Amino acid sequence: MDERRGAGDGAPPSSAVSMRGITKRFPGVIANEGVHFEAAAGEVHALLGENGAGKSTLSNILTGLYRPDEGEIFLHGEQVDFHVPRDALDAGVCMVHQHFRLVEPFTVAENVMLGDHRGEGRAFRLRRRTIERRVGELSKRYGLHVDPRARIWQLSLGEQQRVEILKALYREARILILDEPTAVLTPQEADVLFETLREMADEGRTVIFISHKLHEVKAVADRVTVLRGGRTIATVSTEDATPRSLASLMVGRELAAEGSVTRAQSEPGEAVLELAGVWAQGDRGDAAVRGVTLEVCAGEIVAIAGVAGNGQRELAETIAGIRHQTQGAVRVGGRKLRGDPRAAQAAGVAYVPEDRLGTGVAPGLSIATNLVLRSYREPPASNGPLLRLGAIRERAVDLIRRYAIAAPGPAAPARLLSGGNLQKVVLAREFSGKPKLVVAASPTRGLDVGAIETVHAYLRDAAAEGVGVLLISEDLDEILGLADRIAVMYEGAVVGVTARADASVEEIGLQMAGGHDPRED
Amino acid sequence: MRIERRLREPRWLLVAVPAGSLVFAFFASGLVLLATGHDPLPAYRQIFEAAFVNTGAIGQTLIAATPLAFTGLAAAAAFRMRLFNIGGEGQLLIGAITAGAAGLYFGGLGWPKALVIAAMVVAGCAGGAAWASIPGILRAFFKTNEIITSLMLNYVAAYLLTYLVFNTNSYWRETKGFNASVFPTGKDLPDNAIWPAATIHTQGGIPLPLGAALAVLAAALLWLLYTRTRFGFEAQVLGDSPRAARYAGVRTRRKILAVMAISGALAGLGGASQDGDFRHTLDADPNGLQKQYYGYTGIVVAALGRYNPFAVVLVAVLIGGLQNAGNTLQGVDFPSGLVGVMQGIILFSALGGELLVRYRITFRRTARAETAVEATA
Repeated sequence: MDERRGAGDGAPPSSAVSMRGITKRFPGVIANEGVHFEAAAGEVHALLGENGAGKSTLSNILTGLYRPDEGEIFLHGEQVDFHVPRDALDAGVCMVHQHFRLVEPFTVAENVMLGDHRGEGRAFRLRRRTIERRVGELSKRYGLHVDPRARIWQLSLGEQQRVEILKALYREARILILDEPTAVLTPQEADVLFETLREMADEGRTVIFISHKLHEVKAVADRVTVLRGGRTIATVSTEDATPRSLASLMVGRELAAEGSVTRAQSEPGEAVLELAGVWAQGDRGDAAVRGVTLEVCAGEIVAIAGVAGNGQRELAETIAGIRHQTQGAVRVGGRKLRGDPRAAQAAGVAYVPEDRLGTGVAPGLSIATNLVLRSYREPPASNGPLLRLGAIRERAVDLIRRYAIAAPGPAAPARLLSGGNLQKVVLAREFSGKPKLVVAASPTRGLDVGAIETVHAYLRDAAAEGVGVLLISEDLDEILGLADRIAVMYEGAVVGVTARADASVEEIGLQMAGGHDPRED
Repeated sequence: MRIERRLREPRWLLVAVPAGSLVFAFFASGLVLLATGHDPLPAYRQIFEAAFVNTGAIGQTLIAATPLAFTGLAAAAAFRMRLFNIGGEGQLLIGAITAGAAGLYFGGLGWPKALVIAAMVVAGCAGGAAWASIPGILRAFFKTNEIITSLMLNYVAAYLLTYLVFNTNSYWRETKGFNASVFPTGKDLPDNAIWPAATIHTQGGIPLPLGAALAVLAAALLWLLYTRTRFGFEAQVLGDSPRAARYAGVRTRRKILAVMAISGALAGLGGASQDGDFRHTLDADPNGLQKQYYGYTGIVVAALGRYNPFAVVLVAVLIGGLQNAGNTLQGVDFPSGLVGVMQGIILFSALGGELLVRYRITFRRTARAETAVEATA
């Protein structure tokens, strides 16, 4: 840690954390731009914002993982300059990450001690008993019930989170950052967590609570700072805020509904996609999709809005046949589908996956190979068991030209392409298969403006030609510009479907953030 | 100094790096030779002559190279799909056992030679494939790590072979004759189970074992399979990105089972060739098949050949030559360990050099990443 200036130099004494004019750029992206953030000792301060609003970057700067390109950080009035995360730890800043940083085969006490280089952890000989006793005391005092001798892999996610908090308490953290801590908790566990957080704040610590769920922010925080597009939008007291006002701060752009790129309403045809009570499991075995019922008609664009991680990806994968539904029925063009990508393709499903470089293309293989990834089984790409390399190459040359893909040539590996051109490869492949239904998951994420326009044009043209489009997006501008109907997903379920004409950003924002959560009423 | 990933892998590097590694290896080995009191240049010349020039040298080199070509191809077949079959060793041993049984049985029935050989080839492939299918099934259905299971089965196979030579009731054990009463040995294969060798009429005749010819044929078939068929296409996609493969509709489990079986069959064929071409019996003595570790050397051969079947055969001949030279030259002024050391240095620098194909080393304080190819088309 590098303390250049003395205490009280400029920072208001009441601020435990004061971040001023923080700017952080990544190649092609400005993650934080002149962000101001102040949190006092003894308060729970929520950091609210959509995905990509810059919350994670800001907290990574505060924990020393990134260094800001511009801006100053003061802790308790003293300027600090963190070079490595340990500097931040030494200054009393601890973070509970969304994905825990715990060593699974180790015990709770061992994990708490790990990385502690000031107290017991520094000794060559480990005094397990002492640490276990200390951890036991802490867990009793803060109501964080967990057995210090239990091994991490034996614990539930909620218990593991308690271990992370115990780690922070053991290190006597003055400033604790929690990144979406309730994502892994049941409502009951979340209530217990909130009590603990309040208690820690009452002792004079600063608790920074990152979330995009409005009812939680209302429940636990004293003040809220809202980030949007890498900038600070406002800091408000939660007493004065309503979920509705927070939602519009978070989503902004209230005028977007009327604006820009609206599409001529087409007369929808018959249903190409019918979902009836579909349930599906997430990668962790949890129920990620909970009873979704939805229809997409030919020539219609239906958008699914929602904050990432609310089951949209799993739903898209279920329709594309990559994931099995556990209950319910998926029908495309009247054909019943069940977890088979070939059957889904045969029924006319085209899929533009969110994960472009892992699922959309095989990055190490040639562009030509990637362009036939869905059609290599049939002529002209193959002839029985044999490939027809000439035909595959010709097709690649043709598609590269037609879709204006900027590529060194059909034999170049796909990973050399920029994001926009990679997406064009996926679109060229999927649209040339004459689909009935296109499922596009965050098709413009990470693309530049020109590429976004191209993608939008392809989706619009597809709908005009009578293809049903299911667009999954977190970008409300995109949704309002393209969709005929808008469904909002929250915690795996569709919480509302509205026609674009009747849609309001506020209402959608509220639904996205679980504003209609029954727990709140 | 920092190591960063190359965004582009220029083609010339694919040749320059292995060549540079080889030069480096000879330089480093030269230091070892100097330190042990040998003049490096004459020593290298001696090795080269013993491997490829002297009378009968190439024949001996081919004998050493044939099993390495098979195990190398076996490893290449699986590794191309990022399926890490370390069990070529055990699959070769099992192939030797099953092909040996076929040779003893059908040879004993007095079948014509061609049929007996065909039976041995089929039995060797089947044995190796079956043995490789154990880790294959475990991987496909239970996501067990195939590195561990295939490696452990090598020990099982080696002890099984020893057991079959030592067990009194074993079909493979010789029970008659003087030698058999002194030490347990395997039964000799009947004459019609001995594989023929073609003779190439240069240098006073180089015998080309049938196994070596089969290895070249297998390499060609493997190359066709991986570059010209839907099967190979799917294997490539699965190796590069399992999720993309699942999405493309590749039947992942079937593919794993099939590739493991092919890999095992190639190693098993190497075992059959050991029976038919060279050993003509199962043995358990200190020079026994279990002590040659062809399977492990084959992995290195495959890596040096960058999993290209033809390159694998070529590398097998080079490594086989080096081993052959080591055997021929070993004596008072040329300890046999020296060739082993050289072999180790060559492998080490070749595999170390691989890093330079994929990564580059920069010495700037802050290195700027290369930008992706944007518009060159």
